[in-house]
Amino acid sequence: MPSLAELQDGFARALRDPGSPLPNGLRDAAPGGSSRRFDVYRNNMVVSLVEALGSTFPAVQRLVGEEYFSAAARAYVQEAPPDSPVLLYYGRTFGDFLDALPSASGVPYLGDVARLEWARIKALHAADAEPASIEALAGVNEARLESITFTLQSGLSVIRSHWPVVSLWNACMNRETSEEVDMSTPEAAVVVRPALKVGVHVPPPGGAEFLAALREGATLGAAAGRAMDSDESFDLAGLLRFVFETGAVTAVHSPEEQAQP
Amino acid sequence: MRRPGGCLINEADTEMNEQVLPPRAGAGLKAAHYDAVINEHPDVGWFEVHAENYMGAGGPAHHYLDRLRRDYPLSIHGVGLSIGSDSALDPVHLERLKKVVDRYEPEMFSEHLAWSSHGGVFFNDLLPLPYNAETAARVCGHIDQVQDKLGRRMLLENPSTYVRFESSTMSESVFLKEVAERTGCGLLLDVNNVFVSATNHDYSALDYLETFPLRHVYEIHLGGHAGDRDEDDRDLLIDAHDRAVAGEVWELYRHTIERAGSLPTLIEWDNNLPDWPVLFSQVCEAERMLADLRRGERHAVAG
Repeated sequence: MPSLAELQDGFARALRDPGSPLPNGLRDAAPGGSSRRFDVYRNNMVVSLVEALGSTFPAVQRLVGEEYFSAAARAYVQEAPPDSPVLLYYGRTFGDFLDALPSASGVPYLGDVARLEWARIKALHAADAEPASIEALAGVNEARLESITFTLQSGLSVIRSHWPVVSLWNACMNRETSEEVDMSTPEAAVVVRPALKVGVHVPPPGGAEFLAALREGATLGAAAGRAMDSDESFDLAGLLRFVFETGAVTAVHSPEEQAQP
Repeated sequence: MRRPGGCLINEADTEMNEQVLPPRAGAGLKAAHYDAVINEHPDVGWFEVHAENYMGAGGPAHHYLDRLRRDYPLSIHGVGLSIGSDSALDPVHLERLKKVVDRYEPEMFSEHLAWSSHGGVFFNDLLPLPYNAETAARVCGHIDQVQDKLGRRMLLENPSTYVRFESSTMSESVFLKEVAERTGCGLLLDVNNVFVSATNHDYSALDYLETFPLRHVYEIHLGGHAGDRDEDDRDLLIDAHDRAVAGEVWELYRHTIERAGSLPTLIEWDNNLPDWPVLFSQVCEAERMLADLRRGERHAVAG
């Protein structure tokens, strides 16, 4: 008789590979014969994980249609099955997988839309933190404004794209499939959850770099410099309004505070 | 300490500090029903949630569960611990589970007699294991570890199965009885699973219940199953949780509570989710059967 370890090795191998023979040790299957019962397990795994991906990536599904999505998701489940029982986060690499899928090359923005959708899931389940108000800046000595740093929402993502990723996502989610999205205007996406609902925003010029720098702990002065380098039309006052209005900032730290912990 | 059915539980059990669910009908709680439940505040005995859906750090799932927790008794049901694995339990997952259980302090925690992870892959299904001395030792070791970690008794649920193993040397009921006696864990009797497995393996569901250690049962599950046929045109039922509870399963449930007494009873509906009123009507059906039983018991006492 196989040990439990051997039995589970064989069972798991047969689950992963639909073309493989049934595992040893099953009582009901004739050797080389009936597989319908074992196939229930193969099917449960694939169908439930494809469904999990479908609920995380509804816009991708609408962009390519249910049939193509289901085939792509099945291939992903084969290549990158979950490594954790917490399926909330399953699909982190689905965008990269779609980028590399030859049959999806006609839909070059698919990976970016998938990364945006996964960023929504990440924001949805991230730790809760009360957003700070822009009033927090009023108390900072003007001479020290350049040196302040920000704490941002832990679930915040910045996605850069060559495509109008936010407009594409919006069109899908509002089922405005006929709406013409202007494909010549690239958009970045800022995904952040200030309270119960996840916000998906197109940042003002330089905003993606500004937020990326702030998240690394850069001072306001340094982050503004990075934003300026990336886009000369950047406007600091507008960017500050954006980061506070979206609820992206949870705390403002002035250098005085850092000097006296 | 009393078990919901009414009889005293043994002394070893009382060492574990615990509350119990009310002996009423409860509902599996899904995100799609949060608003309906909060707005309508339905008369449901208790709710059950899947532990893994609350393993994120924050967000609306916790917000709603915190809110409902104030008004309803709660059961937390794990679907990913892989207690039937030969390999060790995942310590990271056990830690996550402890966090959820500590946060919500549910009246009950339960998991499955099944495995779901192997070699670093999570299969998202409840996979079967042979029932023999080796697997009993493995399962008992894992249950001891879970109960130690959580500082409470857990319930173990009988699975729906589609295949059986040559290396099984005992029946599922005998296996569960042995595990309950050795670890002090309670059992969760899924009546739909009994019906599905009995049909799939061509034995009598009533015979299964006859040998089932009902005195260890603290909770019942009812759910819907799908019907299929195998290559030899034999019935093949699938535990799909995607529809109403079947008539035969209601009958088996009535038979079970007549023997075991009133027990907390959950309606599970996980796929093809209906609007809340449809699920609620199933909960009410179970509640009616529990009330019938209590009336019958009173008449018996009066007579």
